[in-house]
Amino acid sequence: MADSKSTADTVEPDENLLFTVGDPLQDAKAPEGPIEKRWEERRFKGKIVNPANKRKRSVIVVGTGLAGGSASATLGEAGYQVTAFCYQDSPRRAHSVAAQGGINAAKNYRNDGDSVQRLFYDTVKGGDYRSRESNVHRLAEVSVQIIDQCVAQGVPFARDYGGLLDTRSFGGVQVSRTFYARGQTGQQLLIGAYQALERQIAAGTVKMNTRHEMLEVIVSGGRARGVVVRDMITGEIETHLADAVVLASGGYGNVYFLSTNAMGCNVTATWRAHRKGALFANPCYTQIHPTCIPVSGDHQSKLTLMSESLRNDGRVWVPKAKGDDRSPETIPEDERDYYLERIYPSFGNLVPRDIASRAAKNVCDEGRGVGPGGRGVYLDFSDAIQRLGRDAVEAKYGNLFEMYDRITGEDPYTKPMRIYPAVHYTMGGLWVDYDLQSSIPGLFVIGEANFSDHGANRLGASALMQGLADGYFVLPNTIGSYLAEAPYEGTDPKDVDEAVTAVKERISTFLSINGDRSPDSFHRELGHIMWEYCGMERTDEGLRKAISEIRSLRDEFWKRLKVTGASEELNQTLEKAGRVADFFELAELMCIDALHREESCGGHFRAEHQTEDGEALRDDENFAYVGAWEFTGTGTQPVLHKEALDYEYVHMTQRSYK
Amino acid sequence: MKLTIRVWRQKNEADKGRLAEYPIDGIEPDMSFLEMMDLLNEELIGKGEDPVAFDHDCREGICGMCSMAIDGVPHGPEKATTTCQLYMRHFKDGDTITVEPWRAAAFPVVKDLVVDRSAFDRIIQSGGYVSAPTGSAPEAGSTPIPHEDASKAFDAATCIGCGACVAACPNASAMLFTAAKVTHLGLMPQGQPERYQRVTAMVEQMDAEGFGGCTNTGVCHTVCPKGIPLETIGRMNGDILKALRP
Ligand SMILES: Cc1cc2nc3c(=O)[nH]c(=O)nc-3n(C[C@H](O)[C@H](O)[C@H](O)COP(=O)(O)OP(=O)(O)OC[C@H]3O[C@@H](n4cnc5c(N)ncnc54)[C@H](O)[C@@H]3O)c2cc1C
Ligand code: FES
Repeated sequence: MADSKSTADTVEPDENLLFTVGDPLQDAKAPEGPIEKRWEERRFKGKIVNPANKRKRSVIVVGTGLAGGSASATLGEAGYQVTAFCYQDSPRRAHSVAAQGGINAAKNYRNDGDSVQRLFYDTVKGGDYRSRESNVHRLAEVSVQIIDQCVAQGVPFARDYGGLLDTRSFGGVQVSRTFYARGQTGQQLLIGAYQALERQIAAGTVKMNTRHEMLEVIVSGGRARGVVVRDMITGEIETHLADAVVLASGGYGNVYFLSTNAMGCNVTATWRAHRKGALFANPCYTQIHPTCIPVSGDHQSKLTLMSESLRNDGRVWVPKAKGDDRSPETIPEDERDYYLERIYPSFGNLVPRDIASRAAKNVCDEGRGVGPGGRGVYLDFSDAIQRLGRDAVEAKYGNLFEMYDRITGEDPYTKPMRIYPAVHYTMGGLWVDYDLQSSIPGLFVIGEANFSDHGANRLGASALMQGLADGYFVLPNTIGSYLAEAPYEGTDPKDVDEAVTAVKERISTFLSINGDRSPDSFHRELGHIMWEYCGMERTDEGLRKAISEIRSLRDEFWKRLKVTGASEELNQTLEKAGRVADFFELAELMCIDALHREESCGGHFRAEHQTEDGEALRDDENFAYVGAWEFTGTGTQPVLHKEALDYEYVHMTQRSYK
Repeated sequence: MKLTIRVWRQKNEADKGRLAEYPIDGIEPDMSFLEMMDLLNEELIGKGEDPVAFDHDCREGICGMCSMAIDGVPHGPEKATTTCQLYMRHFKDGDTITVEPWRAAAFPVVKDLVVDRSAFDRIIQSGGYVSAPTGSAPEAGSTPIPHEDASKAFDAATCIGCGACVAACPNASAMLFTAAKVTHLGLMPQGQPERYQRVTAMVEQMDAEGFGGCTNTGVCHTVCPKGIPLETIGRMNGDILKALRP
């Protein structure tokens, strides 16, 4: 089978062999006219499915996190027949639940100068001018409706003493527009979407399939017509057909093994679609979050984020002297380097994530890092505790402090936290047009799974906003134009068989290799390669090395993998094997993308391209485009399609937070 | 550290199941309980044996997926802590630890430590929501909510739906889970129109799923990793009475 083909290149991969360049790509749905009218125009021009016909149209939604849950509920309310899938035992457990800090919206309740225009501008700039203006503007417009929607569902956002909605500031912006529910914003928003979804399940408009993993897309007549899923309890392979398919399967940060993502987060759903023809855009744009608990040992299975909101009140520092291993409270003020405040006086501790992460790496590379292995910096709350009092700090961050204490056994009220960057979010994803439709007609992609709105760096509190914008407001409108033309020609049974056979063969290959290494052991090793060479700083040499290491490890995977048990039962090792196999292919594409992008932008930092003072150096002349990759086979060169980015409203400048 | 782990092994729902004993070495104090289980599973796979199936996902104490009864206590010995957030520094070298699935008629065992908690989803389906179709919402700022109410609603809303309350209760009652939702929505102005209908429907569903009655033992609150207050149950009982005699 295709996957297991040997691809080992013992020779150094030659750049010319790594990829080819295909036709440029255009977003055919991109609206024109004044930017603030584009979304309205698109909705007006879009076709509408009449209410009686909606009942005859069916939609499959893979993933019921914030994006998929809100979309399923909304499509169900609209009257479509929805069939939804998730791999957990309940939609309430999707990884969106773990988001801590908050959700942005241009409400301007603080009267601090915020507006749709400013949110738009901040997001384009924060993304280092690598996102589409039209999409970002729509996101900013819709943001205000999201808060209304969530409040109406009973989401208990934080309120001030007058009972009004409270907000806080997040990195990369100078206004206070982040709505939050203590440190559990994602949980509260997800529960809101989950409850709306359960209401539709009860109403019979949504059929929910928990503990089902999607393993293949069915494409027939050039359109996405269904999915092949595995019932994770019985192992049964099922096919489901519909008029359209929506992927809302989240991000792929787990390709690094250690990340802040949940253990089950995977690329399988989107990668399988990619193999069937959906273009994969900007795979190398990865967000490394600056405030995570440092790695404590080799046994570690995941990393824990400490919300960025902590940077509102915590001050980041390291000792001025190299190798200073005194206990932090004994280091006098003038021997501390509050490096973010020093280098970026106007944003200070609130610089965007990519900048804060790289700065932490730099001071640790200089030998000034703290904690085990010197891979950590302090996040200190003593000033805030003095200024606001312990109770006020506890009210704001209590649960985060508790979590830190539980994991590290140290009390952050009396000892500064130790933090270090960790992989957190993936800006890349399946390429979609303005309608959120991928390059396969009938296949829509929403939430973190698509590449759409964040360019090369996502601002804090903007993923929840985008997931809910896509799910509640954008997709339910745009999918109508596609469904209005349905039904499309029937699905060819041969295409269904082919997809089912591919899934079954792959599973039996996993079970029959019978080697001596667990899927986890391969995943851990792959993660090391990616973190080392395709992490916070990338170089031509390192990326080439990574590609050849990935290829040989992938070969070994297909020879030495050990999966115990059978397919016809709950088999978590088998599930893991499938996810790791897809991560191997994705990892190679990420490195190729990072290698081809001979510039630094946002989360993608190429050491060869930096300003004199070490900031990311973009090359707008040559790289102001979306890099969308076409799959041609495992280990054969992918084809790059470039979608040029035009900036009519925001002037491209060198980002400066100084 | 060296430990002995006694784990519940059960092939599927029909199987009778039994405790199996495994010695395990090389445990670090900074490992989480689930990382210790990972280590055990790596060893089992290495020997060609079936690893222990267990539910987990976020490993941050928020998704509610992890669910192990450790030495008879759901989520183990630490207060306000999920299994995934329990660290091995709380155990001693040489300890024998018994790990079992949630035990409740309404939560049948699927395999080993994995149980079926879909009954919780059905309780929510019966009424645990506010009917607010997308697009119908009024301006969010138009309804101030007293800080105190929002804060109490939030405390109840932090329930992660793990089911430890049910597993700990001698009657396998789902009162705390149900009361948490009734309280969350009942304290918000948005939840008022459906308040009494909601509580009636949810309690009926709770009974239909085979959860037991509440005899006020309070262990549900003791084991709850999120510390959902017991007063939510009192509040729910008040709402039930009002629903019966409006
Ligand atoms: C620790 C943490 C904190 C964060 N904090 C913030 C924050 O404060 N603010 C912010 O804006 N963003 C935050 N983010 C980012 C944000 O939470 C995510 O980007 C967002 O929630 C993703 O939502 P989603 O619906 O796209 O995907 P998810 O919530 O990940 O949902 C994915 C869904 O797809 C399903 N699925 C996946 N693969 C398959 C498959 N093969 N078959 C079937 N189903 C599948 C899953 O079961 C799940 O239902 C945070 C992220 C992390 C990791
Ligand atoms: S794994 Fe998510 S709460 Fe434990």
